[in-house]
Amino acid sequence: MNVTIMGCGRVGAELAHLLDAEGHKVIIVDTDASSFDKLPPDFGGTALLGHATDEEGLEKASIRECDAFVAVTREDDKNAMAAQIAKEIFNVPRVICRIYDPLREEFYESLGLEAISPTGLFARLLKEKLEK
Amino acid sequence: MYAIIVGAGQVGRYLGRELLGMGNEVLLIERDHKICEELGAELGSVSLCGDGCEVALLGKAGIARADIFIAVTDEDDDNLAACQIAKQKYGVPQVIAKVNNPKNEHIFAKLGIDHTVDRVSLVLEHIKLQITAFPLIRLLNLKERGLDVVLVRVAEGSPALGKPLRDLSLPSGSVVSLIIRQGQECRVPEPGTILEVGDQLLCLISSGSEEEVAQAIGGVSARQ
Repeated sequence: MNVTIMGCGRVGAELAHLLDAEGHKVIIVDTDASSFDKLPPDFGGTALLGHATDEEGLEKASIRECDAFVAVTREDDKNAMAAQIAKEIFNVPRVICRIYDPLREEFYESLGLEAISPTGLFARLLKEKLEK
Repeated sequence: MYAIIVGAGQVGRYLGRELLGMGNEVLLIERDHKICEELGAELGSVSLCGDGCEVALLGKAGIARADIFIAVTDEDDDNLAACQIAKQKYGVPQVIAKVNNPKNEHIFAKLGIDHTVDRVSLVLEHIKLQITAFPLIRLLNLKERGLDVVLVRVAEGSPALGKPLRDLSLPSGSVVSLIIRQGQECRVPEPGTILEVGDQLLCLISSGSEEEVAQAIGGVSARQ
């Protein structure tokens, strides 16, 4: 599977590493070169410096060839915009984005976007643990 | 009328002042505390400090009863998010976004935000208006009609020179509505009007036919 990941924070870097280790073709994009320090030394994918919130940036990140696109920068709006461009303009088969604001997560879901709110997810997980 | 403006930069502030001056109810949403304080001192309690893309904050701002919603921050992703929430979640009747990167305009349209103002192109066209070397300037885009109001310059060597207007091969749907000639009063052209060097024509054309019009009247490409 060809996967493009936008945002090389802890989650982005870890996801890139996991997919790469399983033999997937990974491209990870970030605007900050030092963020790539989080990638393991044996990372076999491509770390690309640049923006992926406009069409040009996404094309450079091989969006046309990718099977899945994941947006995990620390900004909800950037993730939402990039994910919508990937889905609506480039018709990427699978698009997932992180949305911290749980209310906005609901809204983007209603627009047909696959949005995950770590806030809601983690709170539910903690609750489940407590109830056990 | 209740207007919500997201982003109190220069555009947001001037617009807010004008709308207030006309007697409207206005709320400016701005992230920067300092700017909010300045607004408070100048205009009274018309600002809300926070992120204009946050659903909870927009709810607090009374977005459900807003008549018009305008997003004019310097970040396109923020403007898009705020406008999508206003339009698609709360059904605000009129939603307008400032687009900072001209390449994003069609993305906004595709994602349901079709009332946009392309900041860069707007400034660019007004600068081109001052530089006579540019043959065609887009003055106004009437999106819902698919029309543009443009100014075209007749220069030396133009194929339109010395010909009556009726003989110009303009793309269908184009109308030359006014001739501005140096030292004379502006006038409505007639089919027999003969064009001269230095004439400026105010035309109504179908969007997308700029290049053809520039060639037919100016004799040069609009894309220099």
